[in-house]
Parts: sequence; C-alpha cells; structure tokens
Amino acid sequence: MGEMIKMVVVLTFLSSLSGGLLAYVKENTAQRIEDQVLQFVKGPTLKSLFKDAENDPLSDRFTIDRDKESRTFFVAKLDGKTQTVAFETFGKGYGGDVGLMVAVDVATDKIYGAGVTTHSETAGLGSMAKDDPNFAAQFAGQPLLEPIQVTGDGGKINALSGATITSRAVCVAATQAGDMYKSLKPEIEEKLKSITP
Amino acid sequence: MAKSVTHEFFKGFWEEIAPFRLVLGLCPVLGVTTKMQFGLGMGLATTFVLVCSNLLVSSLRKVIPPKVRVPCFIIIIATFVVLVEMLMQAYTYELFLQLGVFIPLIVVNCIVLGRAEAFASKNGLVLSLADGLGIGLGFTISLGALGAFREILGAGTLTLWGDPLLNIATYFPGFQAFTFMVQAPGAFVCLGVMLCGMNMLGQK
Repeated sequence: MGEMIKMVVVLTFLSSLSGGLLAYVKENTAQRIEDQVLQFVKGPTLKSLFKDAENDPLSDRFTIDRDKESRTFFVAKLDGKTQTVAFETFGKGYGGDVGLMVAVDVATDKIYGAGVTTHSETAGLGSMAKDDPNFAAQFAGQPLLEPIQVTGDGGKINALSGATITSRAVCVAATQAGDMYKSLKPEIEEKLKSITP
Repeated sequence: MAKSVTHEFFKGFWEEIAPFRLVLGLCPVLGVTTKMQFGLGMGLATTFVLVCSNLLVSSLRKVIPPKVRVPCFIIIIATFVVLVEMLMQAYTYELFLQLGVFIPLIVVNCIVLGRAEAFASKNGLVLSLADGLGIGLGFTISLGALGAFREILGAGTLTLWGDPLLNIATYFPGFQAFTFMVQAPGAFVCLGVMLCGMNMLGQK
C-alpha cells in the first residue's frame, strides 16, 4: 500500500513540475517565437513587397480580433504616408494551404502588391507562384474589393502554366483578403490613425 | 568497480561512442546529417537533453519507485525535449526549421533513455554529469563528422552557421558533386565506411 502511494505521489509531483516548467518557459518565449516566425516566414515576403518602405513593417504591426481569430496587419510607410497595410490569407492549393501576403492601399482600395509566403506545391510548377515574380506582380493595381480570378474563370490574372490549381488558390486567397478587408476596413483605418511609424 | 569521472567522460568519445560503437540512435544520425551544421545542432540539442535528464534522474534515483521508473524517466526527458524545442524556436529558428521533426523525436532517442536507465539511475550526480556530457559530445562529434563527410562528398562544400568554410571546387575545378551521398542510402554507406574505419583503427 505504501509503495502504491509513493508511486502516485512521485508521478504526480514529476508531472506537475514538468507542466509548470514548460508553461513558464512557453510564457516567456512566446513573444520571441512569434517574432522569429514573422521574421523568417513572413519577413522575406514583406521585405520584397515593401522595398521602398521608410519604416520596418515587421515591427509596426497591429492585430484585430474578429470571430475569435486574431489577424495581424503590417503597416508600411511609403512616400511619407502610412496608408498601406499588408496581411496574410490562405487558399487551398494542390499540396496544402497557400499563404498570400496582400498589401492594400487603404485610400484607393487597390492592391499595392502581393507575394506568396508559404506553400507546399510541386517544385517547378506550383512553386513558381512564389519563385516567379511576374506572377505575383499581376496582382498589383487590382481593385481588392472585386473578386480576383484567373483568366480562365473570367478574371484578369494569367495562371501559371501547369499550375492551375495553385494559381486558383492564390486568387482565392486574394479574394478572401478582399472580403476580410471589406469587413475590417473601419477598424483598420482606426488603428492606422493611432500608428505613427 | 571503482569509477572515475574522467573515464566516464571520455568513454563517450571512443569506447562507447553511441552511433558507431553501440549503433544506437540511428534515426537522427541518418536523417539530419546532410550538412555538418545540422549534425552539430542536433548533437548539441541531444547533449542538452541528455545532461539535464541524467542530472535529474540521478538526483531523484532514490525517490523514484522502481516500478514506475520508466514513466518517470520519460516525463523528465520529454520535458527537456519540449524545453529545447521552444528555446530553439526562440533563438535559432533557422536551425529549427531545418531539423524539424527530429527535435521532438529526441524523446524516443534510445541513447537518452538508455543512459537514464543504465547509468544515471544507478550512479551519483557527478558521474552522471560526466557520462551525459561525454556521451552527448561524442554523439555530437559523430553527427558532425558524418555530416561533414556527406556534405563534402555530396555538395562539395562545408558550411558552418551559413559561412562557407571550404569549397572543393577551388582545389579540384572539375569536381562533380556526388549527390548520392546527401540522399538516404548515402547515409548508410557513409556510416558503414566510417564504422569500418573505426574498427580497423581499433584492431590490434
């Protein structure tokens, strides 16, 4: 009986010690891990989107919570004006989710630029969505509030050859970005006013 | 049998060097050694877990009831593995991306559990520390050597933390990368060749 109790006590003690320690470390590294993920996953795309930014869009960011989901927006200062925000949306691709970072000019509601962040598409075909700058460049200047589609579906985006599904996924992500932007615009404008990079 | 700290420390480098002599923990050994730095990073992460778990197991060895010792060891090891995973994400994110799934897999690395069961649970704190450090560093060196061997043959380069240390093409302009070496079967071949070399050296 005594041994039984000892076993329970030791295991309980070890488990709670382990849980406590891990919770403590998680609490203390969460912010840094978030920064690292941003820097290495979204950073390169953001940097190429905002080549001319006068601030660091990675650090000038804000979040909006909607439907229990937290969305992060990156603010860029261009030509002295802070009216361009970038955010990430996802579309279902051939090999999984395709992440698209969409930058939008709040004053004109037009896409300033877009770039694929993460994907697991076929190398050489779908992966061109990220690797071929001409593809993403087509999004610049498109009105974000209208659905964005590939030419085959009646839109204006030329699909990548051999990667129709991926091209559609990117368009779906862009259209979703439009829907999200539409519903969050008042809040985005509100937050932009308070940010002075 | 009297045990000396130096013996326990240095046995990990030759006599009981884990991947070669004991042929243990081969999953990360074969999986991550496509480049020297991945091997070294993985080895150091394992060393950290090994040293911490050895210390904790050794200090708790009189408290842990024999019947539940394995679950206790696993809790201890898993805690340190998750810890090292979070720390790597926070401080060496690039390396973490490369090592990926192999970091959580340290939990089931038989070297770590093996040292806890066979050594730390029977020996004192100082000896366990020496044992953990020795085996861990031996593991790191093995992974680093295997990684260097494969990287030189397979890619013709040697990089450490992103800085190229060596490029074969400067010495042998006609060098063709032996891509087989960075693929999975190349790992087995390299390991076999190195094991063979070690056995030849060890033979009287």
